Amino acid sequence: MTDIATYNFAYLDEQTKRMIRRAILKGIAIPDYQVPFASREMPMPYGWGTGGVQVTASIIGPDDVLKVIDQGADDTTNAVSIRAFFKKVANVAVTTDTASATIIQTRHRIPEHPLKTGQVLVYQVPIPEPLRFLEPRETETRKMHALEEYGLMHVKLYEDIAKHGRIATTYAYPVKVEGRYVMDPSPTPKFDNPKMHRSPALQLFGAGREKRIYAVPPFTEVVSLDFEDHPFEVQTFDQPCALCAAENVYLDEVILDDHGGHMFVCSDTDHCEKRRNAPTSPLWGGRAEGAGGGLDQSTPHSTPTPALRADPPHKEEGKEKQ
Amino acid sequence: MDIAAQSIEGGFADPVFNAQTVFRAVMDTMARPGSVQKLPALARPPAPLSATAGAIALALCDNDTPLWLDPALQASTTVRSWLGFHTGAPVANTPADAHFALIAAPAEMMALDGFSQGTQDYPDRSTTLILHVGDLVSGTPLLLEGPGIETSATIAPAQMPRHFVEQWKQNIKRFPRGVDIILATADGIACLPRTTRIKTMEA
Repeated sequence: MTDIATYNFAYLDEQTKRMIRRAILKGIAIPDYQVPFASREMPMPYGWGTGGVQVTASIIGPDDVLKVIDQGADDTTNAVSIRAFFKKVANVAVTTDTASATIIQTRHRIPEHPLKTGQVLVYQVPIPEPLRFLEPRETETRKMHALEEYGLMHVKLYEDIAKHGRIATTYAYPVKVEGRYVMDPSPTPKFDNPKMHRSPALQLFGAGREKRIYAVPPFTEVVSLDFEDHPFEVQTFDQPCALCAAENVYLDEVILDDHGGHMFVCSDTDHCEKRRNAPTSPLWGGRAEGAGGGLDQSTPHSTPTPALRADPPHKEEGKEKQ
Repeated sequence: MDIAAQSIEGGFADPVFNAQTVFRAVMDTMARPGSVQKLPALARPPAPLSATAGAIALALCDNDTPLWLDPALQASTTVRSWLGFHTGAPVANTPADAHFALIAAPAEMMALDGFSQGTQDYPDRSTTLILHVGDLVSGTPLLLEGPGIETSATIAPAQMPRHFVEQWKQNIKRFPRGVDIILATADGIACLPRTTRIKTMEA
């Protein structure tokens, strides 16, 4: 570590932490109400998880074990950079193991391994307002939340059905929390929505650019919106993970060459890695050729230099299939 | 010790980590109402402010959060100057202006609806009440249900406000508006966020 400047523990100053901590407490007390907070400039651009980082920085202590995932992966630029950031500014233990983490910061996935009581899941949220693409005015959406006026959201889902014959929303699928507020579960695939329902872990959501914090306490009702004749369904995959043969997990498509070759592998790298390394696994010792190398995390504690990205981190941000 | 010294002594020995410890205890109990977190005496405020309540005030209050003190605390110049010195929080003129309220004698406190309830648009603009209670086992048992509770939880805080169960029912009816309560004993914390339902009274 260079001695350019000595920052406070976990980077943020104490007054900022108190302000964010108060917002978190209100968020927990009013599940899914979006608490406004004075989001700070962070040493990373908006869209890279400034909200999640501020929430994590405000709750983290020296005894915590931090895991950071980006679309389920522990080894992508965003995850590696944020993990390195907290290792540097808070000197906390970091891990890629879901079960041993006390705080898991995530960009758009919930780990496959079931979460347990005492764990905190911190989401990086680009656009916290579920009604934003239906009603651009903050004054109006605030009133709609106040009056519990969510008809527009059902109209949007109905229009999906009218156009496509089914609800075509696949990520950021709206949920209702404790029968009151409608929430955008950040752009997680709807595959993960059922995992939010009565999760034993505390779920905190931070949106840095939009300056909102919200929360879902443990064991809270999180119901995906649907219709009686078009019930909520999660994505299914017609093949198992090409590396670990896992079924009923969320898969990513990986392009292998420029001749259309591709494979589907677990989005959750920790889950996939564990299955492949487990001696009971039929695939143990025989990983798919050429595909496992990039996902190898034998040195999760190293801090590689973040590479420049060609694509913005939130490719889907700002777009909504209407 | 003279008043000036009393109002300066007794803050956090390690402000960054002690504040984090206290906050995590409050956050965990707020997320799991009815659960109790042990907390060592990290602050030594002047009486009648308790060590736990004092530590919560140090962890959460600053110049952005008007603080209301109940008559027992308001009467003590030392308490007011201790809070002023360590947190910088202004004292609220009325309970409805307060972001936090410190209450040393809950049995004699005013009605919950006298505090700020927030608005329908901004339900977060409500008062968080920090109540000194003797313990969490010797009072009338309260059976709790709601978010954060797997099936049900029971706490029995001593010296609670009068007609508390009735008042709490009204508080729930105001949802999303309403107050949240942090119960501070001599060595622990429990919370009652506005979503927690007190189902039935056990005998």
